[in-house]
Amino acid sequence: MATRSIIPFGPQHPVLPEPIHLDLVVEDEKVLEAIPQIGFVHRGLEKLTQKRDYNQFVYIAERTCGICSHGHAYGYVSATEKLLGIEVPRRAQYLRDILEELSRIHSHLLWLGLLADAFGFEALFNHCWRLRETILDIFQRTCGGRIILSVLVVGGLAHDIDDADLKGICDKLDGIKRDYLEIMDTMLNDTSVKSRLCGVGVISFEDAMELSMVGPFAKGSGIEHDMRSTGYGAYADLEHFEPIISNECDCYARCKVRAQEVVQSIDIIKELIAKIPHDGVGGKSKAKVVPEGQSHVLIEQPRGEAFYYVRGNGTKYLDRFRLRTPTSQNLGGLVKALQGVDLADVPMIILTIDPCISCTER
Amino acid sequence: MSYSSKSPWLIHYDGSSCNGCDIEVLDSMMPLYDVERFGIINTGNPKHADIFLITGAINHQNVNVVKHIYDQMLEPKVVVACGICACTGGVFKDAYNVIGGADKAIPVDVYAPGCAVRPETIIDAVLKAVKILDEKAAKMDASEKHR
Ligand code: SF4
Repeated sequence: MATRSIIPFGPQHPVLPEPIHLDLVVEDEKVLEAIPQIGFVHRGLEKLTQKRDYNQFVYIAERTCGICSHGHAYGYVSATEKLLGIEVPRRAQYLRDILEELSRIHSHLLWLGLLADAFGFEALFNHCWRLRETILDIFQRTCGGRIILSVLVVGGLAHDIDDADLKGICDKLDGIKRDYLEIMDTMLNDTSVKSRLCGVGVISFEDAMELSMVGPFAKGSGIEHDMRSTGYGAYADLEHFEPIISNECDCYARCKVRAQEVVQSIDIIKELIAKIPHDGVGGKSKAKVVPEGQSHVLIEQPRGEAFYYVRGNGTKYLDRFRLRTPTSQNLGGLVKALQGVDLADVPMIILTIDPCISCTER
Repeated sequence: MSYSSKSPWLIHYDGSSCNGCDIEVLDSMMPLYDVERFGIINTGNPKHADIFLITGAINHQNVNVVKHIYDQMLEPKVVVACGICACTGGVFKDAYNVIGGADKAIPVDVYAPGCAVRPETIIDAVLKAVKILDEKAAKMDASEKHR
């Protein structure tokens, strides 16, 4: 008779850049159940609203997560602006979305690299990260930072990005697109890659719906859900936007969705740059206090839909800031996808939800 | 130069970092910055490691994990705190779950500031760590001869 054992996985584990702990209940090589334990990265960030005023808090919101840091700042400032009734100039909105798409490219390239590493394709890993450096260079040139951009303020942008720089971005993107298409071809068509990804970690459309999954994890199961189609910010001005979905429901599908989203993002950026208006970028809000009331926004992060909520109480400090991240939505799906798989596939399945523990635990 | 400083092995643990510093630590091992050219290899096993790179602040949940990893490493060993969070607690030092920098849990030898810490800073810090590793190894040798 097969015996049951429990394998502790994490919090310090070579495939995990971030700490999460899973107790894997296994019988022989099969995983019966995965019990997550979290809290290693919890800092208590939301409560800091009581110690930092609403303008200073942008820096904290930005440091929720280093990979989608721009997105978190974007969500926070949009929600706060809504509460304060500030109308942000169109140019600022365009630039925010351009930076958001650049973040998506850098996040997906990072992820594709990590996935390649997880199934042991070292060369592909290095190539993805090499391309990603181009995006970080763009950030450094236009914003100053490589990872934490610190360019958003409540009311607009801290400084403009001029047209010459925007043109430079277009040129660089053209350059990496050629290289990227080659990498994507290997990622999606190589037999050794396919044999590790196809049919692994399946989540059906119904399960994905029931567990309210979001982002590429949901899109890989055929759910057409992308907040960008609601047309917030500058996305409303796009000629045409359709979320990329895939119906295979396995690790391969999630990989395909992300790989194709990179190309989509490059096209979006180029379209936005071509249309960008010249009406200034606003500046830091001068409002002394945040009025009583509440507001929320939903935006599409690289990992899926994220929800931001702020509540003011008539002082310069916010009463409450709340954030619901894509990964916390997807953890339920992860635990489900891990049931009944081979132990050797566990690291890869964990990776395919692209977990971001630091935003989930804040 | 001793054998270990010619090819020191690294272990990286993410305290409660925002990821920013983690990806920069990983980045410094990638082809562009390539700390591996100094003979450095990233390992997942604390018992193989000589240099401990820690990112992010210490909180109530991970303090024991960090101590545990440190205890498993063999002497001589060096700790590098990467990023301002690991140095002092950074922007999160007032948060209720954060105790402070990495030195609240284990002794830190090199502080590499920055938010996020740049790969150049990490390389600089690692090279300093290698020197300290040498000194510690020499001290251990000397005390061995005395006995
Ligand atoms: S120092 Fe900055 S980038 Fe690094 S973990 Fe802390 S907040 Fe994140």
